[in-house]
Amino acid sequence: MEWHLLLQLVMNGLIVGMLYGVVAMCFVLIYKASQIVNFAQGEFLLIGAWICWWLLTKQHLPFVWSFVVTLAFMMAFGLLVQIVVLRPLIGEPVISVIMMTIGLSIFFQALMKWVFGVLPQPFPPITEIASVSILGLQVQTVYLMSMAVSVLLMGGFAWFFKSSRMGLAMRATSFDQQVAQSLGISVRQVFALSWGISAMVSAIAGIVVGVVNGVSGALSIFGIKVFPAVILGGLDSIVGAVLGGLIVGVLENVAQFADSQFLKWGNLYEIAPFYVLIVILMIKPYGLFGKRDIERV
Amino acid sequence: MSSDAFRPCGDFKTAYSRDQTIFPTSWSRNFCILGIIAVSLAPFFADRYVLSLLIQIGYLGIAALGLNILVGFTGQISIGHAVFFGFGGFASCFLSNQAGLPPALSVPLAGLMTTAVGLVFGLPAARLKGLYLAIATLAAQFILQDFFGRAQWFTGGVNGTVAPPISLFGFAFDRDERYLYVVLAYVVLLYVAAANLLRTRDGRAIVAVRDYYLAAEMMGVNLAKYRTLSFGIASFYAGIGGALYAHYLGFMSIEGLDIGFSIQFLAMVIIGGLGSIMGSLLGTAFMILLPQAVNAMVKTLDGGAIDHALGLHEGLPFLREMMIGAAIILFLIFEPDGLAHRWKQIKAYWKLFPFSY
Repeated sequence: MEWHLLLQLVMNGLIVGMLYGVVAMCFVLIYKASQIVNFAQGEFLLIGAWICWWLLTKQHLPFVWSFVVTLAFMMAFGLLVQIVVLRPLIGEPVISVIMMTIGLSIFFQALMKWVFGVLPQPFPPITEIASVSILGLQVQTVYLMSMAVSVLLMGGFAWFFKSSRMGLAMRATSFDQQVAQSLGISVRQVFALSWGISAMVSAIAGIVVGVVNGVSGALSIFGIKVFPAVILGGLDSIVGAVLGGLIVGVLENVAQFADSQFLKWGNLYEIAPFYVLIVILMIKPYGLFGKRDIERV
Repeated sequence: MSSDAFRPCGDFKTAYSRDQTIFPTSWSRNFCILGIIAVSLAPFFADRYVLSLLIQIGYLGIAALGLNILVGFTGQISIGHAVFFGFGGFASCFLSNQAGLPPALSVPLAGLMTTAVGLVFGLPAARLKGLYLAIATLAAQFILQDFFGRAQWFTGGVNGTVAPPISLFGFAFDRDERYLYVVLAYVVLLYVAAANLLRTRDGRAIVAVRDYYLAAEMMGVNLAKYRTLSFGIASFYAGIGGALYAHYLGFMSIEGLDIGFSIQFLAMVIIGGLGSIMGSLLGTAFMILLPQAVNAMVKTLDGGAIDHALGLHEGLPFLREMMIGAAIILFLIFEPDGLAHRWKQIKAYWKLFPFSY
């Protein structure tokens, strides 16, 4: 019976890990393009989920439309945040930029609580079928859907960076800003767009989590859980971010299993990723796939 | 060494000692002494509310100064200052309850214990910088917070622990009017110590590490040593601040030591001015007074049209949080060097008044 529980938990871990991967991917996108560590990533999820919830339940739009409107809004929101508050900070020390994103995170978290209240709100059900059974495991349809969305997003990212013009421009910018600029790429546009895309894709993840668990302030935890994932994978590797997210998701659930079966410490679910984070920083600070920062004097 | 009454209109220093002096003019020193006297007379004319604000500014200001030494002077980022603050508080309670030490002695000892913990976390931090350090301290925040919840013998778990009032030679500092002097003494002592630290070789080495760590290493500054050292110093200040907090409330609990509190410390340092000793106190005062100002504002709007339209009354706690976020954002955009810089500009304006060129 324990093996069954373990399997179920690993499955859950994979599903949550996929979402961590998506959010970590967005985080890395911003980091690669503009060298900004975004502490407000979780708030992107939160805002997206709340907006979609509001459109669905208060404005009575069909799901598809509220989804599309939310995405458009989040794109504009991401662009706006970059242009209004982060552009003036170019050239400022790291601590200022980090504090700016922390300030944004505090501001929007409080704003969302004020506007939408502190109680978690459920999404109206999207499908009729509650759960399907795969290999003897009961898997909720929303979980399957979330997994499909995650895979789709990852595929979309891969295509975007491999083939699309803008994606290539972004990669060029992250490789060398001066060279990119001399080739006619507008670095300002790339910065702004990376924030826009990041906010939009995070919002998709937010909506998926909202559909599965309901919307509440707890969504912004994702913004913190992203750190172990990206450090594990390497701050500037998108593949690393996805893998890191998966590992963190599984690790959390295995830690919970170990905790409930053997250790009885309690709360290990939340803390285990951070212990791993410290260990990774000690032995391999650039992560599994990150680029080593070589400094020449 | 005599000092001028006024600031000369230019830089005419002829000795290093003149350059390094804490108070460049006798006026600045006298004003500082006047300020201390004014605060120490506060119990005679101010009410309890003002006193409690002053005490809060005092103990948080001590912890903020520690963070400023770490962030502003050494250039190391820490997003886990609140847990060190909390550790100091719990350590002092533990020492006075379990070990039976008088609280007057347990406060400095708690500072030393926190230093030890800070050094443990500072050792790995010595290898990291910038973003990686920020994330490592974020992890420290969660791990130590978890430890506080777990370690019943140390923190009393969810119930918290009692902190006996500080007393010296049978005189108990158990009321705001009296406790103010304890906090004031610690503030003066630790701020003077910090100002002097930065005039020593170690202080200059710390600043050199911030300005360019490779150049500092070339000049023979031991990077690992000074990064760890500044982590230790920051923890010491946080520990003292936390211990004073615990004995002021008479109670210490794990609540409120979350990441939001750590961020508030960072906000104090940023708003006050990175790398400014006086700025730490200014920033703390700003962060303490800001929620009070929001409360006052909501009170004046109470019942009006704006109140009804926005539901200000119900949203008050969120409004306060939002204001903290907004203050950080606006300061970073419009005054990245903080209040200390603004103060310098005001001084510069008056120095040249009325013929500014």
